[in-house]
Amino acid sequence: MIQVEDLHKSLSGKNVLRGVNLSVNKGEILVLIGMSGYGKSVLLKHIARLFRPDRGRVLIDDKDIGPLNSSELSEVRSRLGFLFQGGALFESMSVYDNVAFPLKEKLGLKKDEINERVLRELDQVGLSGAEDKYPTEISGGMQKRAALARVLVWQPEIILFDEPTTGLDPIIGHAILQLIEELHKNRNFTSIIVTHEFQRVFKIAHRAAMLHEGTIKALGSPDEILDSDDPIVRQFITGDTEGPISYR
Amino acid sequence: MDFIRNLGASTINYVSGMGNMALFLIKTLIYGFTPPLKVINLLKQIRFIGTQSIFLIALIGAFTGMVLSLQGYYTLNKVGSVAFLGPMVALSIIKELGPVLAGLMVTARAGSAITAEIGIMRISNQIDAIEMMGLNPFRYLVVPVFFAGIISLPLLTQIFDLIGIFGGYLVGVKMLGVGSGTYLGEIPNYLDMNDVLEGLYKSISFGVIISWVSCYKGYYTGTSGYGAEGVSKATTQSVVLSSAMILIWDYFMTALLF
Ligand SMILES: Nc1ncnc2c1ncn2[C@@H]1O[C@H](COP(=O)(O)OP(=O)(O)OP(=O)(O)O)[C@@H](O)[C@H]1O
Ligand SMILES: [Mg+2]
Repeated sequence: MIQVEDLHKSLSGKNVLRGVNLSVNKGEILVLIGMSGYGKSVLLKHIARLFRPDRGRVLIDDKDIGPLNSSELSEVRSRLGFLFQGGALFESMSVYDNVAFPLKEKLGLKKDEINERVLRELDQVGLSGAEDKYPTEISGGMQKRAALARVLVWQPEIILFDEPTTGLDPIIGHAILQLIEELHKNRNFTSIIVTHEFQRVFKIAHRAAMLHEGTIKALGSPDEILDSDDPIVRQFITGDTEGPISYR
Repeated sequence: MDFIRNLGASTINYVSGMGNMALFLIKTLIYGFTPPLKVINLLKQIRFIGTQSIFLIALIGAFTGMVLSLQGYYTLNKVGSVAFLGPMVALSIIKELGPVLAGLMVTARAGSAITAEIGIMRISNQIDAIEMMGLNPFRYLVVPVFFAGIISLPLLTQIFDLIGIFGGYLVGVKMLGVGSGTYLGEIPNYLDMNDVLEGLYKSISFGVIISWVSCYKGYYTGTSGYGAEGVSKATTQSVVLSSAMILIWDYFMTALLF
């Protein structure tokens, strides 16, 4: 469903991606791990064509998204959801209006239907009662859940999660993962989850990949990654400060 | 060698920057004149750029008129023609100081805020989020500012002009003793429609400059530095560029058109 082929990108003079190859099958949940600052978010943004590669390409349903014109692109994006690392809620709008925004502006739904869907999604992420709050008035964890509701209300076929549980307390974090798992059972979306909390996320994932120094260093089932002999993967999994990865 | 390389690189940057800016304006015009127009966003921007600037513009207008009158009185008094105080104040304000100072004040107050706001939306992925919904960020963020600028600047300039002339009246007539009939009565004799139109055209074009530059700088925040630093840089550049463009464009309009 998603194929990334030989993707290269440098940003502000740094070769962030240096030939990434990755494919995700329909209905699959793939977890992407890797050191901070090594381009996980940048990779997700290429899949949504928010960044253009220097070399290589991204295919969605076997179609190269590079040359798409704006109406074709908007067609592809209408099947895509992106939970941004910081949530990316519109600060000038209440939580309710944030979630209602795509329904109103893009789908042009009627008020009643919008209301029903917005309240349902907010309830699902545990934000009932916070509808009228503004993003700056709620905690980081609540912002993340509101952003999740805004992605889910859209019912995308492919969802790119950039650190869905980072910054949440363990209980809410767990609840969010359960929610993703449950929704996946019902809606069977295809998904890439970028996370540092791989121990927990691995439980709901089909495969895992590690991005290291611009390429996919390891790819396999979560168990294979956890048991990997590769010294770099081992060091990352165990979190040792000594080893081949220098973090300085 | 390094010198030549740097010169080449900065020239390329400069030219491609100008090209991007021109493209940005063209896009704005295309989306601006094709439906749908986001009316609510437009009204919000008119309130922000226009309504909320009125007090500042009135204050600056009053003091500009007052100081013009004060300075003008002493100069005209030397050549014995204080009767021309009214026309002198009115002409300077309507043709030149009204549009320019209103433009500069709006740049400082609203232009900087618009750049910062759009810049923050850029670095916090809010613009990306709009794109991910298959919607066009220009329609929500740029086009409303553009029209709000074109609508607000001429109106603010009119307010500046009126209050400025009145400020000049206060100083000239109430303080310095020029006859009230002389101050006001002489103005129509020296002011014709072309002068008023000159001020009007200038203010409209300054509205274009302010909204164009402030949106452009905000929209491309991050190309010259990432994160919060990128926003602060973009904001500074926006204010400097807008102000410089207003003054330069003002000269050319004055020289070429009138
Ligand atoms: N818009 C941008 N402009 C310039 N450089 C960028 C941009 N976005 C990201 N970068 C750079 O690309 C590199 C990879 O960043 P990215 O955000 O993808 O890392 P990450 O793996 O997601 O890290 P984290 O786990 O901390 O989120 C960083 O060096 C970052 O500074
Ligand atoms: Mg990231």
